Amino acid sequence: MDINSILLAVLIVAGIGLVLGVILAVASLLMAVPKDEKVEALKEALPGANCGACGYSGCEGYAKALALGEAALGKCSPGGEDCVSQLSKILGVEAASREKKTALVHCMGSEDNTDVKMEYQGVMSCRAAMTLHGGMSSCTFGCLGLGDCMNACPYGAISLCNGVAHIEPELCKGCSMCVSACPKKLISFVPYKDMAVVRCFNCQKGADARKVCKSACIGCKKCEKVCEAGAVKVENFLAYVDASKCTGCMKCVESCPQGSITAFRAGA
Amino acid sequence: MIIKSLIAVFLAAILTENYVLSKFLGICPFLGVSKKVNTALGMSAAVTFVMVLATAATYPIYMYLLVPANLSYLQTIVFILIIAGLVQLVEIVLKKYIPSLYNSLGIYLPLITTNCAVLGVTMLVIEKSGPDFGFGHAMVNALGAGIGFLVAMVMFAGVRQRLEAADIPKALKGLPITLVAASLVSLSFLGFSGIVEGMLG
Repeated sequence: MDINSILLAVLIVAGIGLVLGVILAVASLLMAVPKDEKVEALKEALPGANCGACGYSGCEGYAKALALGEAALGKCSPGGEDCVSQLSKILGVEAASREKKTALVHCMGSEDNTDVKMEYQGVMSCRAAMTLHGGMSSCTFGCLGLGDCMNACPYGAISLCNGVAHIEPELCKGCSMCVSACPKKLISFVPYKDMAVVRCFNCQKGADARKVCKSACIGCKKCEKVCEAGAVKVENFLAYVDASKCTGCMKCVESCPQGSITAFRAGA
Repeated sequence: MIIKSLIAVFLAAILTENYVLSKFLGICPFLGVSKKVNTALGMSAAVTFVMVLATAATYPIYMYLLVPANLSYLQTIVFILIIAGLVQLVEIVLKKYIPSLYNSLGIYLPLITTNCAVLGVTMLVIEKSGPDFGFGHAMVNALGAGIGFLVAMVMFAGVRQRLEAADIPKALKGLPITLVAASLVSLSFLGFSGIVEGMLG
């Protein structure tokens, strides 16, 4: 093959490309669609992670909805407060104060605290294990520890520690992927502040709950009595903490005989 | 006589050589955009347009530029280049004049670039070309292929709308039953084999 045929091939392909490029350039000039500057600016302010935590198809979808006034500010979890203040500047509305939230696994059923009712040798996924009599953990409510949430987390914030998933609050961006990944619905959001959290999801009666896990909430109501702010309530033999009322005094944590209420320390 | 052969090519492209259901090209938009009849129609119209335009551009370029220069081995890369440019053009035009269709097609519009049915039409036409299969036949074939794509899409959109209401076992819900339905539709198209020859001799 001589050099001329190579040159010819290159020339022809480059020529076709050039002609097409010129046609496209002319067409885009002639038929330019004015872009919404607001949408562009909003898109710039968003983190561009396209995680879908806001409920839209991506950052562009959210930016469009914001520009049309259809979406509320502060739905972007990865962006955080900086993002909200930037967005509100562009839109010219008052920044809605937005609490940082973090996902929390409501279970402490580690290998030391709870037992297994069978030896599970199936697919190593919580969702698969769940289909077999609700999983191998002797507590029907507890964490299966096979790491579906860990695999779902795009930020590497979740680790498995002694058979229970643990979410690192500093790394959690609040995208809620783990919330939907957990077949036991053990993960929910708590505000990122100094407060008490109940790390148990077992609503069996006290004696039954104690049988399956050493750190299960038995619904003894000691926490409810000791709380001065009225933030702790026991329903269905399981304590709940109202985050908006909790002052972070941690008296409930001290009073809990099971150790199932623990302190959540922001930045700790 | 020429008219007869043109009709034969046209019908064959729609029925017996349907690019989606017989040659299994362009399955991505076939499964992706066939949820609603309206978007299926819009998508097939865009694909048909690109197919005809692409054939109109690639056929002369192949015959009068690549073949004389002894560069027919470049056909794949040159065809992809031309199709990509045409799709961009269609995108610009749609965005300007039919924004609603542009929005409903979404990501599938730029994906026509990689729609193998378009590339398949342009390349198979080259294979067929001969003394009794010229530029006119190529254009009719491209149009027929586009209409065939439309027929497949719209028919399948209808099937899928029926599927929405059907009581499907949990394990088959979603994509699995869609694939089963697609294969049944494809199987039913086998029934057309031989019909064009039978009709037109």
